Amino acid sequence: MPHHFTPFVVIAGKAVRYAARLRGGGSALPGLFVEKISPDFIKTTLAQLPHGVVVISGTNGKTTTTKMVVALLEAHGLKVFTNRTGSNFTRGVAAALLGEIDIKGTLNADIAVLELDEAHAVPFVKAIPPRYSLLLNVMRDQLDRFGEIDATAKMLEKIAQATTDTVVLNREDTRVLRIKDTLAEQKVELFGLSDDLLAHFPSDDDMRSGIVKTSKRPEAGVILKKYTGDQATYDLAGHEFSTTLKLNGIYNVFNSAAAIALAQAVLGAAIDTKKIIATIATVTPAFGRGESLVVGGQPLELVLVKNPSGFRLGLKSFPPEGYATMIAINDNYADGRDMSWLWDVDFETLVDEGVAQVAGVRAYDMALRLQYDEVKIGHIEKDLPTALRQFIDVNSEHPKRIYCTYTAMLTLRRELSKITKVEVIS
Amino acid sequence: MSKQKITVLQLYPKDMNIYGDHGNLLVIQRRLEWYGYEPVVIHYNVGDVFPDTVDIVIGGGGQDSGQEIIHEDLLKIAPKLRALAEADVPMLMVCGLYQLFGNFFKTSSDKTLTGIGILDVETYGMGERLIGNIITSSEDFGTIIGYENHSGQTFLGPNASALATVIKGAGNNAKDAHEGARYKNVIGTYLHGSILPKNPRLADFLIHTAVTKKYGEFSTDLIDDLLADLARETAEDRPR
Repeated sequence: MPHHFTPFVVIAGKAVRYAARLRGGGSALPGLFVEKISPDFIKTTLAQLPHGVVVISGTNGKTTTTKMVVALLEAHGLKVFTNRTGSNFTRGVAAALLGEIDIKGTLNADIAVLELDEAHAVPFVKAIPPRYSLLLNVMRDQLDRFGEIDATAKMLEKIAQATTDTVVLNREDTRVLRIKDTLAEQKVELFGLSDDLLAHFPSDDDMRSGIVKTSKRPEAGVILKKYTGDQATYDLAGHEFSTTLKLNGIYNVFNSAAAIALAQAVLGAAIDTKKIIATIATVTPAFGRGESLVVGGQPLELVLVKNPSGFRLGLKSFPPEGYATMIAINDNYADGRDMSWLWDVDFETLVDEGVAQVAGVRAYDMALRLQYDEVKIGHIEKDLPTALRQFIDVNSEHPKRIYCTYTAMLTLRRELSKITKVEVIS
Repeated sequence: MSKQKITVLQLYPKDMNIYGDHGNLLVIQRRLEWYGYEPVVIHYNVGDVFPDTVDIVIGGGGQDSGQEIIHEDLLKIAPKLRALAEADVPMLMVCGLYQLFGNFFKTSSDKTLTGIGILDVETYGMGERLIGNIITSSEDFGTIIGYENHSGQTFLGPNASALATVIKGAGNNAKDAHEGARYKNVIGTYLHGSILPKNPRLADFLIHTAVTKKYGEFSTDLIDDLLADLARETAEDRPR
């Protein structure tokens, strides 16, 4: 029996969403409203989907990976519901649902692909067991929110255990791989890296030990074999495929292997490898994840940094030569309040070029960090709009790159769209 | 003329390096260089040979799993660490190693990890996590600013004195206003942030003590700590 919840809730929720858009409010607000008046809202709506629910979680790369999974499934003709806004808490899902359902509360989709923050995913999967889950990595992120890294791994374990069909795991992350041993009912698929590429992926555990483990690892269904420039080679169950990519940054490219592994699990025999490779070739990074804008005729890249491993990979992925660099660090709740993480990133690669501009609430913490790596600093300015204008004016003739925390990125994007015509290549 | 050497021993960087503990090592290294000395850094991990010459010892925090991995080895090298402490060698132990430098750590699941008792403190695992920006006031080091994140709560015994008094935040525990502990030149603290970059007075205490103990006199060079001062100003205004 198809079960629709009260149409009144839909209409009221939609009205709030409209009002929130008018005042430029956050995407989580209308979701909050619906959660309050109909707690079963998400559950009832998602239960209608013929291919069930996919949950994607982990510390780094959720948004871009989700974008790739959606593209892969859509290329195979599925109608996909997703929480596109990057508002990845339960309320964000509710808010996204409101935008997609009709007035009777029916969701016109075959499958839901949802990115969920580790902590919020646990109550979510308890209420709505996903058919598939993809667990990317456990890294030090906002430990002030989750406690310790082992606690975060436990959250991912709960997501895996609540999954009813297939769990896709990162072979190269020991804490994620370990989840495999706790699963009895579920099918498990792995994605991984070749030994050569593994050396570029120090985990937090290897960070100070200098050891990269290439010892025996279980077989993986999808392996990223090679990655140079904009060319990637994948090994799909023993068959090699190469393609050019619009993704940049090795972490984005590794996550494409994760997305392929998940698509294989969902599509099974219906999968078309040519479509997979053609789709991966056209996917662009999600906003702020290596996103490229054009400002005053020069490229400007935004690189979101949320934790030490992400920052290290960012610095490794984007050579500083020829670029003016800005770093913007905020410490609002969504960024993490603890500044300790900056000390787990090495900035020595920036010594030759220096950093043109340091900005954000914690600009002086960042500047202090650079002082101890003996990196020269152009200007320090806490206020983001002022700092951005200064950065663009002083470096008008150069390509620019901004490393920024989450809330700093939101402010910078808003300012960029104000002070110049921003072409979003996405 | 070759530079005078100062040996810095970092305890268990492989298993106890959470929350930017690397920053403390980096600050000691660089400031030694800036003062004109040559830092020699030894990373001591489980099973390594304990060095004969040690001028400064630092150690950091870890997961509960990290504490369990290093525990046995720490008990093994305890007599050497104790001898160094008695010989007035400066040490800084943050969070996890601060707890294990105490008498014991009783976890929330009633398991007891014996400490090495250099600091007369005891720690109890609690359900509540003490998290957030913290400001403390120390007689010896002025205002100490950092960030705390711990579920173990530590209480001072009669032979330890507090490093500082809490002005904002929790500190050792949710009951008294003590933060950290001190015995001779051994300092234990819950402060991350990392602690030394934003508290150069504390860093210079460790360095100054080690250098004068070894060479009798200290460099007359000065370090520009303007950025540290400005970072402290920001941190003092941030919410918990």
